[in-house]
Amino acid sequence: MQIPLLGDAEEILRGSVTSEYVRICPEDFHGITPKLAVKIDDTVKAGTPLFFDKNYPGMFFASPVSGVVTNIERGVKRRILYIEVKADSTNLYEEYGKKRVDSLSSEEVKKSILDAGIWFLIKQRPYDVVAVPTKEPRDIFVTGFDTAPLAPSADFILNGLDADLQTGFDALAKLTAGKVYLSISPKTTNKGLCEATNVVITEFDGPHPTGNVGVQINHIKPVNRGETVWTLTAPDVAIIGRLFNQGVVDLTRTVALTGSEVKQTGYYRMVIGTQLNSIFEGNITEGISLRYISGNPLTGRKIDANGVLRAYDTQVTVIPEGDDVHEAFGWASLSPKRYSAGCTYPSSNKKYRLDARLLGGPRAIIVSNEYDKVFPMDIFPEQLIKSIIAFNIDKMEQLGIYEVAPEDFALCEFVDTSKLELQRIVRTGLDLLRKEME
Amino acid sequence: MKALRKYLDKIKPNFEEGGKLHWLYSTYDAFETFLFVPNTTSKSGVHIHDARDSKRTMIIVILALVPALLIGMYNVGLQHYLAIGHDVTLLTKFFYGFLAVLPQIVVSYVVGLGIEFAMAQMKKEEVAEGFLVSGMLIPMIVPVDTPLWMIAVATAFAVIFAKEVFGGTGYNIFNVALITRAFLFFSYPSKMSGDQVWVRTADTFGVGKGTVIDGFSGATPLGQIATTEAGGFSDFAFQGITGQPLSISDMFFGFIPGSVGEVSTIAILLGAVILIATGVGSWKTMLSVFIGGLVAVLLVNSFAQNAIMEMPVYYHFLLGGFAFGAVFMATDPVTSTRTEKGKWIYGFLIGLIAVAIRVFNPGYPEGMMLAILFMNAFAPLIDFYVIDANIKRRMRRATVVKQ
Repeated sequence: MQIPLLGDAEEILRGSVTSEYVRICPEDFHGITPKLAVKIDDTVKAGTPLFFDKNYPGMFFASPVSGVVTNIERGVKRRILYIEVKADSTNLYEEYGKKRVDSLSSEEVKKSILDAGIWFLIKQRPYDVVAVPTKEPRDIFVTGFDTAPLAPSADFILNGLDADLQTGFDALAKLTAGKVYLSISPKTTNKGLCEATNVVITEFDGPHPTGNVGVQINHIKPVNRGETVWTLTAPDVAIIGRLFNQGVVDLTRTVALTGSEVKQTGYYRMVIGTQLNSIFEGNITEGISLRYISGNPLTGRKIDANGVLRAYDTQVTVIPEGDDVHEAFGWASLSPKRYSAGCTYPSSNKKYRLDARLLGGPRAIIVSNEYDKVFPMDIFPEQLIKSIIAFNIDKMEQLGIYEVAPEDFALCEFVDTSKLELQRIVRTGLDLLRKEME
Repeated sequence: MKALRKYLDKIKPNFEEGGKLHWLYSTYDAFETFLFVPNTTSKSGVHIHDARDSKRTMIIVILALVPALLIGMYNVGLQHYLAIGHDVTLLTKFFYGFLAVLPQIVVSYVVGLGIEFAMAQMKKEEVAEGFLVSGMLIPMIVPVDTPLWMIAVATAFAVIFAKEVFGGTGYNIFNVALITRAFLFFSYPSKMSGDQVWVRTADTFGVGKGTVIDGFSGATPLGQIATTEAGGFSDFAFQGITGQPLSISDMFFGFIPGSVGEVSTIAILLGAVILIATGVGSWKTMLSVFIGGLVAVLLVNSFAQNAIMEMPVYYHFLLGGFAFGAVFMATDPVTSTRTEKGKWIYGFLIGLIAVAIRVFNPGYPEGMMLAILFMNAFAPLIDFYVIDANIKRRMRRATVVKQ
């Protein structure tokens, strides 16, 4: 289902964005326990480890820029909220040395990525966490397109990265005894994807959530109990490729600025952790309360007006918050401004300006077959959700918990008449299950 | 609307934690969200939400019930003035029916919603909208002459014991409106069946006074054929309350004795169209109920022994609560099967059992209520097997991998 939102990004590169401070938030890297590798006032280069995972001390997390560590903000229970680096005016890179992937062994490839601090780009199923390096992946799945609402065009953000992509694919192929699967859409024209070698290319056509890796895995080769697969997106493969081709950690991404409240949409180049206020300033609707999202409106994270680009995102979205709107008799409304995927409202072909309101109160699950329609996997989503709420491990396993990630339930959450927080339920369930099983 | 909003904001502190009227918070919230869309925004997960909520869903169902309700009201008046032999205008007939049915609707809503509001307050939850539909269904499926106090008692029983003890809307096993009817049926059988209850012969608030004419018989067509002495269907003819013959079109448009909601097949079809077009009701369930009914009737027709066994299938669909049950009762998503494959089986069996009860139970001419309640009980079992097939497939896949 494609939610028709206003604010698609115009395919124009509007320049590079840098900010004085860069912040890395360890909470982006789900499943790890951060241990600091730097102190305040330490000097770092781009690629220097800022912290590592307590459980796998070899897994480092690189600083995206060179500069001085100025602040380490902690929250409740001394959890690290972010590490702030004051960026130098010219970026200095930690030198990791150019390497030819085909002459490296599997272990050497793995160690290179871990040492360089960009292992986090690889995620795993089950549990949808940063990949555990010691686990052997059955296969690796790379998504070459994004179908989320207002998603950036993969062709555009991967433009000119052909060589890095291919090196990245070669590196991934070394990491698994199985296959590397790459998904493309019929519209994909990027040569780095269409003509990639050393991978199995599968073409997927259809509306969201076709671009979700979970759906693709379910259709290619589902994850069974005891198996592990790794997942990446194509822009992240390019970053890995760049490490081998250039010998440096360059976490620069082409990011789409989207959303109905953005006056001039478009693409910007920036490293992860860059503060976004400079692209918002003067470029967004004024006078109403707004919601800033790093990522897309379905799975992104809410950020402040001076928030930063989060680790995995290639998209920034601004939509109305809607908490200042009082709409009378919504249940009887025939307003063309209201959008529903179902047929309980008059429909039109126009694009909508949706805000962040729930548009209803939380209820028990009442309507049936609502989730199934936007959940194109061989799984019963409603029953799986119920087993997660009850935390019945046997039932969760039987119903396919190992195959899903919170993002797979995003559309279910959008259409849900009962306004339940499905992604949060799935996330909590996966975390508890992981604790229980490992 | 702005003034209203201001007023709500002004009185809101009284209902919040620590306020004098906090014990009415759920009630306040129910009215506030009825008037204005809540402006709470998403805290986790998706940032945008579909405009459809529980209120919208329930309103659509009520909208779908309106045609059947209006024609039902008219028919109450029509039957009444036929019974007392007065010739009055269409509007007068409707007005009489409206007066007769309105108190039942009011009683059902006041009792049911009262309990719902109180329970929501006790559980510190929002008031769920489920009863808005149940409360409308109840007056539509009981005889028009059911005393109001009976409706009140039965509604209270159904809401408490069929719904709230299970956890409220969304958790109940049995359809609340049907439990209300079943309660009435087994507690006060004399008021729920026979030939005295389907036509209101007394006046309503002084309107429509008169004495019943000679030769009046208030039996429903299904009641007539269930008790007929005729040896076969060809020797039998449906009669109206004054002995006039009933045509197929009378049955289709709803000018026959019966409960308010069930009589007019065309109004029910209109409701079905609304439910299907908006995606609120499952066309699979509706269709499979009719298929189930069709199969059952063809079966009994083939070895028919008496009039009702010979009755052709279209009479089954036109008479009694078959269509109404298929469209409005079987499709209740909470008490029906949750899986799509399950809906086919569930609906099919409802149709089958309803016809079986009609044909083989001489004491009770209508089978829809019991058929649906019976299948409500079996819906989880059907789902279990549908889901089990999916689980087995996954387990098989996992064992193949292990080898």
